[in-house]
Amino acid sequence: MNPGRFFFAIVLRELQVAFKRWGDLASPLMFFVIVSSLFPLALSPKHEVLRNLGPAVLWIAALLATLLSLNALFRTDIEDGTMEQLVLSPYPLTLAIFAKTVAHWLLNGLPLVVLAPALAVTYYLPAEGVRALCLTLLIGTPTLSLLGAVGAALTAGVRQSGGLLALLVLPLMLPVLMFGARATDLAGSGEQIAGPVYLLAALLLLALSLLPFATAAAVRISLD
Amino acid sequence: MMWNWFHKLASPPHFYRLAGIFAPWLLWPALIMLVIGMYGGLVLAPPDYQQGDGFRIIYVHVPSAYLSTMIYSVMAITSGIGLIWRIKLAFAVAASAAPIGASFTALALVSGMLWGKPMWGTYWEWDPRLTSELVLLFIYFGYMSLRASFEDLSKADRASGLLAVIGVVNLPIIHYSVVWWSSLHQGPSIGKLGAPSISGDMLWPLLLLIAASTLFFGAMLLYRVRAEVLDREHNARWVENLLGDTPGEE
Repeated sequence: MNPGRFFFAIVLRELQVAFKRWGDLASPLMFFVIVSSLFPLALSPKHEVLRNLGPAVLWIAALLATLLSLNALFRTDIEDGTMEQLVLSPYPLTLAIFAKTVAHWLLNGLPLVVLAPALAVTYYLPAEGVRALCLTLLIGTPTLSLLGAVGAALTAGVRQSGGLLALLVLPLMLPVLMFGARATDLAGSGEQIAGPVYLLAALLLLALSLLPFATAAAVRISLD
Repeated sequence: MMWNWFHKLASPPHFYRLAGIFAPWLLWPALIMLVIGMYGGLVLAPPDYQQGDGFRIIYVHVPSAYLSTMIYSVMAITSGIGLIWRIKLAFAVAASAAPIGASFTALALVSGMLWGKPMWGTYWEWDPRLTSELVLLFIYFGYMSLRASFEDLSKADRASGLLAVIGVVNLPIIHYSVVWWSSLHQGPSIGKLGAPSISGDMLWPLLLLIAASTLFFGAMLLYRVRAEVLDREHNARWVENLLGDTPGEE
């Protein structure tokens, strides 16, 4: 099997396993929807308030939903021995880890991008704002998955890891949040968003080139 | 030759002895310089023509802000050494540096806030430097919590070491992100007092205090690493010989 097929085999396996337990799959997305709908109720249903806060609220909700989905990313595979088999396989562990991260994004990041426009409409974002939200989520959520994977791998051996994971990962995710929310906000008021979008893309490329290696190293630490 | 020296330094008993010899030589000069610098800064230096006596808080703020990042880089470098050459002592140094670094970061934040109240009219401003200092504090907390959550010492060392190395790549990214982000900010920008070139009798206490707190950090680090080494090696023969009785044997 060449490395490419190995990669796709792992992505496929992850998707199959995830669809068997679709409750786990749906709960971060439900969380995203529910958190987003809490804000209008807690703040005020005034159009201008929601339009100003919408970009920030939706981005933070997406960030927290990603965080929620990370806990089980490597834990079950480490506990049932799958990860050891991947380490023993003739392919680099980084490739397997990267495949798992890609699957995580397909299962958690991509649905957020799809759901976001519907929620953006309830925040009365103008069409440009909705488009910018989708674009920034599309570029930003893969970075979140890659960063989250490092955190998940580092805490895979820790028992009560939810709060710890948030503490480790959220500071690292800040730049993505700032540029994503800012670009959405700028687009909503009819301004150019090329700057923050390019920065988001740069963050993604940097994350893609470095973080899978760090995650594989962290998985090795958690294994022994 | 060089490697010999390196390996010898990395052996816990040797380091323990050496650190015990060097620590007072760092601590006493640090304390003396601290007293002189404080006197120079708080008494001799003239009040600032714009900020009055309020500017004197820089004599606490600048050294602690400088140390907050310097200690993080010490932590990241020693973690990197530990991960690459598998030297346990390097992890002990990183682990001992973290609480000191977090304390200086907190001190820099608090002193900055106290300065901000009279100067900016508010304790907190989402200024790039304040924000990235706050994130640095979070990263210190993350490092320490991750360490604390493992029971296995070697796992704790390597996992937290990896986090420190990832953090050092991320810190500049976070810092520049905050800078660029606030330049995208359209809100009113706070009128920062222009930095007038600082006069000599204000400057020398500052430089002296920066040197003093660096030495102070060095001394604290050595004392903490000594304690950490004893704790890690409490079953080793040299610790038994050193402490006389054998508390581990029951």
